Amino acid sequence: MASVLLIAQHLGGELNNSTSKAMACAKDIGDVTVAVFAESGQSVADAAATLDGATKVVLVDRAENAEPLAAILAPQIVKLAQDLGVSHVIGPNTTFGKDLMPRVAALLDSVMVTDIMAVEAPYTFQRPIYAGNAVVTVEAPQDGILVGSARTASFKSVGEQAACPVEAVSVDAELPSHTRFVKREGAGGDRPDLQAAPKVVSGGRGVGSEENFEIIYRMADKIGAGVGASRAAVDSGFCPNDMQVGQTGKVIAPELYMCFGISGAIQHLAGIKDAGCIVAVNKDEEASIFEVADIGLVGDLFEVIPELESKL
Amino acid sequence: MKVLVSVKRVVDYNVRIQVKGDGSGVQTEGVKHSMNPFDEIAVEQAIRMKEAGTASEVIAVTIGDDKAVETLRTALAFGCDKAIHVKVDEAVEPPTAAAVFAKLAEAEGPDVFLMGKQAIDDDSNQTGQMTSARLGWPQATFASTIEIADGKATVAREVDEGLETIEVDLPAVITTDLRLNEPRYLKLPDIMKAKRKPVDTKSLDDLGVTPKAGLTVTKTAPPPEREAGIMVKSTDELISALKDKGLL
Ligand SMILES: Cc1cc2nc3c(=O)[nH]c(=O)nc-3n(C[C@H](O)[C@H](O)[C@H](O)COP(=O)(O)OP(=O)(O)OC[C@H]3O[C@@H](n4cnc5c(N)ncnc54)[C@H](O)[C@@H]3O)c2cc1C
Ligand SMILES: Cc1cc2nc3c(=O)[nH]c(=O)nc-3n(C[C@H](O)[C@H](O)[C@H](O)COP(=O)(O)OP(=O)(O)OC[C@H]3O[C@@H](n4cnc5c(N)ncnc54)[C@H](O)[C@@H]3O)c2cc1C
Repeated sequence: MASVLLIAQHLGGELNNSTSKAMACAKDIGDVTVAVFAESGQSVADAAATLDGATKVVLVDRAENAEPLAAILAPQIVKLAQDLGVSHVIGPNTTFGKDLMPRVAALLDSVMVTDIMAVEAPYTFQRPIYAGNAVVTVEAPQDGILVGSARTASFKSVGEQAACPVEAVSVDAELPSHTRFVKREGAGGDRPDLQAAPKVVSGGRGVGSEENFEIIYRMADKIGAGVGASRAAVDSGFCPNDMQVGQTGKVIAPELYMCFGISGAIQHLAGIKDAGCIVAVNKDEEASIFEVADIGLVGDLFEVIPELESKL
Repeated sequence: MKVLVSVKRVVDYNVRIQVKGDGSGVQTEGVKHSMNPFDEIAVEQAIRMKEAGTASEVIAVTIGDDKAVETLRTALAFGCDKAIHVKVDEAVEPPTAAAVFAKLAEAEGPDVFLMGKQAIDDDSNQTGQMTSARLGWPQATFASTIEIADGKATVAREVDEGLETIEVDLPAVITTDLRLNEPRYLKLPDIMKAKRKPVDTKSLDDLGVTPKAGLTVTKTAPPPEREAGIMVKSTDELISALKDKGLL
């Protein structure tokens, strides 16, 4: 039977929800051992132990693991995967996994399947190409350790289980000194995390300015939603880069996605194909966003949002 | 300082691609192709480094059939000094592309190897990381700003949490994100001048690279269709439609 090493993503002592989604993918492949690389990761390991599907958690505490640097983590993952004799290494297809997993694959001299949408068999997967405008079924070679990343929008978080054993291990891998962490600047804030939020409100170029973007935040707060944006809105400086949704931004799957002043470019749509219900408000009735919207309303966002605010 | 930059010829980002009726792939014949947009950003970055005096030589590299030379000519029109065409008849997958790029890097000895963070056709997002791993070099992926000084690059990276800054020793592979720069428009005289710049052609054999068995694509399908939506006329109708779906 296939055996998977799942790489946990975490920050600030908390397990990131993308790990739970990647678990859903990993357990479709085989037995799952979760690996936590941290400076002191006991709390993360304990949380990972309760993810339904985990048979064991291995915790690798090491000072060098304080920040998630691919160049530092990859050699340790390779050594651990070889020590454990697993057949697969899986991570989430977040920027953490996108940075890390190909490096792991190359060090293993193996191939990688990016952005797994579905597991048909342990070596057969579906993945999107061309910004999700086509889906390919790929078969991977069965020699060597196969590396993959799970498309978080395609998998639902797993439930909880009674904690499985957590084992602290040391991994004997030589680490490079050529890569150093400097700082991380997050927009942060109290709003729900864009990638996990059940509801997302987003704004595009039609919002017009950074000041006007307040109206999008207000609408989001009204319904307890996370906030997203199109590339045009980010490029124009209306909001920070971590809010970009799309082919080259975040791929999200909220139950409700409400977008205002977004035209519906294919690169934007690539990020919202798995949304439960897409609501589009645009003043141009020809806008292509209406071709994919579940509910469309032709109108000026500066009139529609205040109306919604007062009626909700 | 020497800079290598990879450029891939892909279906233009404005093309609405069609899946072939028999599920054997995507229709790529007869549609507009251009340089992968992230590679355009990489080339622009390399040329800006040259204009700022940080880089002295910029070499563009591609792997592809004869048509990939057009993409190299575009890179030369941006201002690259020379180009290397690694000629293959069939598309190569990231592990093989990375093996080729690692060989070229060993031969040319660049200080910085700039690549796109992903090619917009296969969206693999692998080649840069695989190249740096093969070389044992550091990687700085998804770059939004790059500063080079004292044999080091300080790179702000676009990550899910915001911006993360790392410092890497050179030589390094750096992959570009969208906001690193806005590529310039090419002028006709530059396009003409590019025709006379040297393009060196190599084969996988010349480089000693054997393509690795990779992924076999067994089926290509259009994405699942979404059900047709409805248009509402007022915010009242919108609110009741959302309440019907249990979303408000
Ligand atoms: C390689 C590449 C990758 C890309 N990746 C992404 C990505 O990840 N995400 C992404 O979003 N884009 C991406 N893009 C950009 C994409 O092609 C579009 O340019 C972008 O999505 C457009 O953003 P927009 O819809 O906000 O702007 P526009 O296309 O300019 O649309 C603005 C819309 O607002 C409407 N509007 C204006 N005023 C009002 C008003 N008062 N009320 C209501 N409606 C109004 C207009 O009718 C119009 O439809 C990428 C492009 C490339 C080349
Ligand atoms: C016969 C055949 C058929 C295939 N059919 C499919 C298919 O239907 N679907 C599918 O998903 N895959 C298919 N592949 C695999 C596909 O060709 C590779 O995945 C692809 O060449 C590399 O992936 P990418 O471009 O997404 O790499 P990425 O890792 O996303 O590329 C990142 C960066 O690497 C550089 N780069 C990568 N390749 C090149 C290159 N050739 N020249 C210059 N720079 C480059 C660029 O700077 C690029 O921005 C096929 C392969 C073969 C051999």
